[in-house]
Amino acid sequence: MMQLTNRSMQVAKKELTFMERLYFPAIIKGMIITLSHLFKRKATIKYPDQVRELSAVYRGQHVLKRDEAGAERCTACGLCAVACPAEAITMESAERKKGEESLYREEKYAKIYEINMLRCIFCGLCEEACPKEAIFLTDRIVPSSFTRGEEVFGKDKLVEGIDLRVDVTKRQTQEVLSFKTDKKHYHNQTFLDKKK
Amino acid sequence: MTDSMLIYKIILCVIVFAVSLGAAAYMTWGERKLAAWLQDRVGPNRAGPLGLLQPIADGIKMIFKEEMIPTHSNRWLFILGPCFFMLCACMTGVVIPWGAGWEAGGTIFPMQVTDINIGLLYLLGVVSIGVYGVMIGGWASNNKYSLLGALRASSQMISYEVAMGLALIALVMMTGTLSLKEIVAQQDQGLAFVVYQPLGFIIFIICAFAETNRAPFDLPECESELVGGYHTEYSSMKLGFFLFAEYINMFISSAIMASLYFGGYNFPFQHELGLDGNVLTIVQTAFFFGKIFIFIFVFMWVRWTLPRFRYDQLMNLGWKVLLPLAIANIIITGFVMLFMGKLG
Repeated sequence: MMQLTNRSMQVAKKELTFMERLYFPAIIKGMIITLSHLFKRKATIKYPDQVRELSAVYRGQHVLKRDEAGAERCTACGLCAVACPAEAITMESAERKKGEESLYREEKYAKIYEINMLRCIFCGLCEEACPKEAIFLTDRIVPSSFTRGEEVFGKDKLVEGIDLRVDVTKRQTQEVLSFKTDKKHYHNQTFLDKKK
Repeated sequence: MTDSMLIYKIILCVIVFAVSLGAAAYMTWGERKLAAWLQDRVGPNRAGPLGLLQPIADGIKMIFKEEMIPTHSNRWLFILGPCFFMLCACMTGVVIPWGAGWEAGGTIFPMQVTDINIGLLYLLGVVSIGVYGVMIGGWASNNKYSLLGALRASSQMISYEVAMGLALIALVMMTGTLSLKEIVAQQDQGLAFVVYQPLGFIIFIICAFAETNRAPFDLPECESELVGGYHTEYSSMKLGFFLFAEYINMFISSAIMASLYFGGYNFPFQHELGLDGNVLTIVQTAFFFGKIFIFIFVFMWVRWTLPRFRYDQLMNLGWKVLLPLAIANIIITGFVMLFMGKLG
């Protein structure tokens, strides 16, 4: 049989010796073990006071980005919803009206955009699927709530504020950026191939 | 008894009462902290620095929780149970000598509420009566878990009281007195009695664990088998009294172990230091509390190390191991005294 650790021991049912039946050596051994734990480093992180260091590419609460002028980047193409393995994303699109150019970057935009944080598995596939660089996962932790309804995040919680931009440069590592450009080339190529 | 002595005794009574209650309150904090540390956790740290206000928060919570008295219970006995348990727990502190004594205006004020000449017997008596609180509470709850817990508590108390008493008899043979003050005074010079009575001490400490219903002998209230044992039906401060009295019992039994076997308030080289009488008393009391603290630590340490006994193992240990050992201890003590020529 494969051994997972080297700590396994052969068990034999035999009469206990006198010393074993006294139990005192075993009790003292056990008490020394617990005492040694008294001086061990605690595993706890006192969360609100003390924040665990997150990795640079930690995948937390999503953000819907705006472009440099402050218009929403999302065009409600639905690729993120298709890519989502947990089916957490729903959206409803609408056409941009005249005079809304400063609000929405593309001619079509998401009127409703909802992510169910209870369903989301934070895999980051929506981010990968997005052709408009609109959705990103951030290092923000999704806050807990008392009702299920509160965990369905709408645009009010997802879209970044014009003055309160969310920094996602940490997510855009060299690998991610090259992947995104490759993806564009791939899409373009197939599109051109189809045309031929 | 002079008036000043009477006033002093009343004040001392109040102090002993307050100290045992305060100690019990902070033992709940200590228990939670120690449990956390032994399990690599942090423990209560929200209420005040290091969670030191936790006992106060717990006390307030206990008092303001809803009082529930089951309709099918015996109302009077239900209330009597925790009161009785608490009363007996508080009664034991009076015979313990907390220090040598104060000297003021030519009179010596002893640091002991009363030095009755049957102090040890009084202690055993009050501790045994204490189980009636558990019995009454468990019976009055009219609940199978409570009743089983109460039955276990009483049978455990009877079984271990015997061995405890016999372990003490060997000590009493050595000292020739039942007064705690005398026993502590005899350890003033020379070695503490644990050196002469190691077996007696081991039997006594095991029995003390059983008498205070602490793990590994916490069968009367084991959560995993009997829900909460005898206090299943209790809520609010009545439950608080049961839990609190248990901590007072632990404090008092630590004090008894310290005074009987570890020299009480005496400490090594106390007379060589050349301290003044009253200063010496303060240092002695500090040492006594240090010893008590160590025993409380051992109580908690054992609780978070050892699993609970099975019921038959508990009875086997009490009757088939501790009782014969205690009797053997008496015989050995007798023979040693005979050959050493100490027999009066």
